[in-house]
Amino acid sequence: MTIAPAEGVVTLPDDPFSPANIAEPYPMLTRLREAGPVTWLEKCGAYAVAGFEEVYEVLTDFETYCSSGGLGPRDIRQDAGWRPPSILESDPPIHTVMRRALTGVINPATVRPLRERFTGPAEEIADELVARREFDVVKDLAEKYPLRVFPDAVGIPQEGRENLLPYGNMVFNAFGPQNEIFDLAFAHADEHSAAILRNCARENLDDTGFGARVWDRVRDGLITAEQAALLVRALLSAGVDTTVFGIGNTLACLARTPRAWAALREDPSLAKFAVDEALRLESPFQKFHRTTTAPGVLGGVRIPAGAKVLLFIGAANRDPRKWGANADTYDLDRQASGHVAFGMGLHQCVGQPIARLEIELVLKALAARVDTIELAGEPVPLTHNVLRGFASLPVRVTPRS
Amino acid sequence: MGGLSARADRRGVVPRTREVIAERVDRVADGVVSLVLVTPDGSPFQPWEPGAHIDVHLGGQYVRQYSLCSSPKDLSHLRVAVLDVPGSRGGSRWIHRNVRPGDTLEISEPRNNFPVRDSRKYLFLAGGIGITPIIPMIERAAEAGRDWRLVYGGRSRAGMAFAERLVDEYGDRVDIVAEDERGRMDLAGVLAMPRAHMLVYACGPGGMLSAVEELCMGWPPGSLHTERFAATALGPGSVAEPFEVELARSGKTVSVPTDRTILEAVEDVGVRVLSSCRQGLCGTCETPVVSGEPEHRDAVLTQDDQDTGATMMICVSRAAAGCGRLVLDL
Repeated sequence: MTIAPAEGVVTLPDDPFSPANIAEPYPMLTRLREAGPVTWLEKCGAYAVAGFEEVYEVLTDFETYCSSGGLGPRDIRQDAGWRPPSILESDPPIHTVMRRALTGVINPATVRPLRERFTGPAEEIADELVARREFDVVKDLAEKYPLRVFPDAVGIPQEGRENLLPYGNMVFNAFGPQNEIFDLAFAHADEHSAAILRNCARENLDDTGFGARVWDRVRDGLITAEQAALLVRALLSAGVDTTVFGIGNTLACLARTPRAWAALREDPSLAKFAVDEALRLESPFQKFHRTTTAPGVLGGVRIPAGAKVLLFIGAANRDPRKWGANADTYDLDRQASGHVAFGMGLHQCVGQPIARLEIELVLKALAARVDTIELAGEPVPLTHNVLRGFASLPVRVTPRS
Repeated sequence: MGGLSARADRRGVVPRTREVIAERVDRVADGVVSLVLVTPDGSPFQPWEPGAHIDVHLGGQYVRQYSLCSSPKDLSHLRVAVLDVPGSRGGSRWIHRNVRPGDTLEISEPRNNFPVRDSRKYLFLAGGIGITPIIPMIERAAEAGRDWRLVYGGRSRAGMAFAERLVDEYGDRVDIVAEDERGRMDLAGVLAMPRAHMLVYACGPGGMLSAVEELCMGWPPGSLHTERFAATALGPGSVAEPFEVELARSGKTVSVPTDRTILEAVEDVGVRVLSSCRQGLCGTCETPVVSGEPEHRDAVLTQDDQDTGATMMICVSRAAAGCGRLVLDL
């Protein structure tokens, strides 16, 4: 990296993309937060923003911290990205049109009817797992459930669904540097990309899902056919991995906090609060970049134009200045709303009601059947550039009598 | 103080009403009168925030909500502006015909369903008489030194209350769009480019607000805040579908035909529900929903509350399309 930091910025040697920091990110995130509101990460050639207030400021000031430069370390406007930019990688006015299209399709009113459709599969999986007593939350539940309900809701064909997880893995890993993790994720990139894009075409979508509704907006004259395909692609890439990780991380929190599980078991209506607190504490989408459009001052630190800013969502959501001295603990009584796990502002996750619904239904199904849940082995953290989750999370449950 | 009366509503809240004197009644635009209300003993009103409204009890027949358009810094009086709507249900016409300077009226204390959040920038959108709640908001934003802009649309300048005064006071920040001069407000143009930290506050007729809602879907979630100055009229879509309402506590089931409201149907079978405006504006008839999906047509519940669907205003709201049966906690 030849880019030099602005004068007077604290320079840190930490590499947030090193395997050790990926496996256990929180000690490094604490260091970043404590080193200053904005620091310079030498190894990344980017400014690090890790405090809640500053992360919030960057997320909500979409004019100064733009998205069209890409969420990765490279500026995709100068250095063409690996695929056509998605809604995540766009700014107004293009973003505005796409966002309108997507919000018109996915909103609380259109998600509400899914509750009924999504409940049965959650209960079936829970029945099966509780009968087994021991299972792997990641492989047997977190990777299974969203793949069982979400692609149907979008309306994609059965064929090619095996590409969803590998494709999501590519998309999110590309928000980090081109390291070994990236290379591994991209080993069969063309195959996965082609399969996913095929599924986004109108003729391959059923008539009832969100995909077809997105395409309706082409007929309405709001978006182009190309934009429709990209929006369906965005649903498929953003809506699977994150939810898989959300389910795994939530159950990791609960398996480690028996008191919280007991409270949830007694009152399953707490499920949505349990989800929110888990998303705060173990945010699936941990970090991504923005690009500055103009020189500015953030947290008293000058940042030049055209700089990459690496936002640490996982750090902001544990900032003790926002969440108090017990920010690092899972507390079911906490008012966790306001966390930035789904982002904030213009690019805030459109699919968030679906993700919340899926995780909540899984918890409710388990809470109705499980007396206690505990770890049956050490969880294995997943090596991923920007997502936080587990490759394996073995648990043991005792059924409710 | 004389004139205070109280009546408990079903949530146990006691809405206080008081007598006030209409000190001035001025014609401020074609078809619009402004009422300046003072207390009989000259004592100040309770503090209120921009966006607040009062219920005005009219001749024992009607209760109507009017947004306050005076200054919240000056509690010596309250001002509302009332548009005479020909063919309306009578509230505004009653005021236009009957209220004269010196008359006594009964009003509620100010209530706020349309509060303003602090932000760095504001875009205010007003359609017609929807300008009223916006006026105190502008005053607050201007005083706080915030960046703001108003786009105010109406059929003609002569019918647009306070338009001239706003231009005199605030100059370029105010854009008056009279339809007979410039055509309709270009909402798509105004809302095409979301701005960081800018909140949109809009008040006006249903059609305008629906357009604003659609356009703001491209803005950051939570940017848009609206108040309908009249609840959505029952549209042709809704009148097509009758539905049933089961009253869980009284064990009765009533049919709600296309030309009746839930409230009327419930009253028909002798179940009492406290209500006031019967237009989805005051929140008095709020009823818990046990099951079924309401289609909210009120102007009281927040978007979140409407999404949750735990309660509904049965004076205007109905069963959602495809939901043939609502179960209410009545």
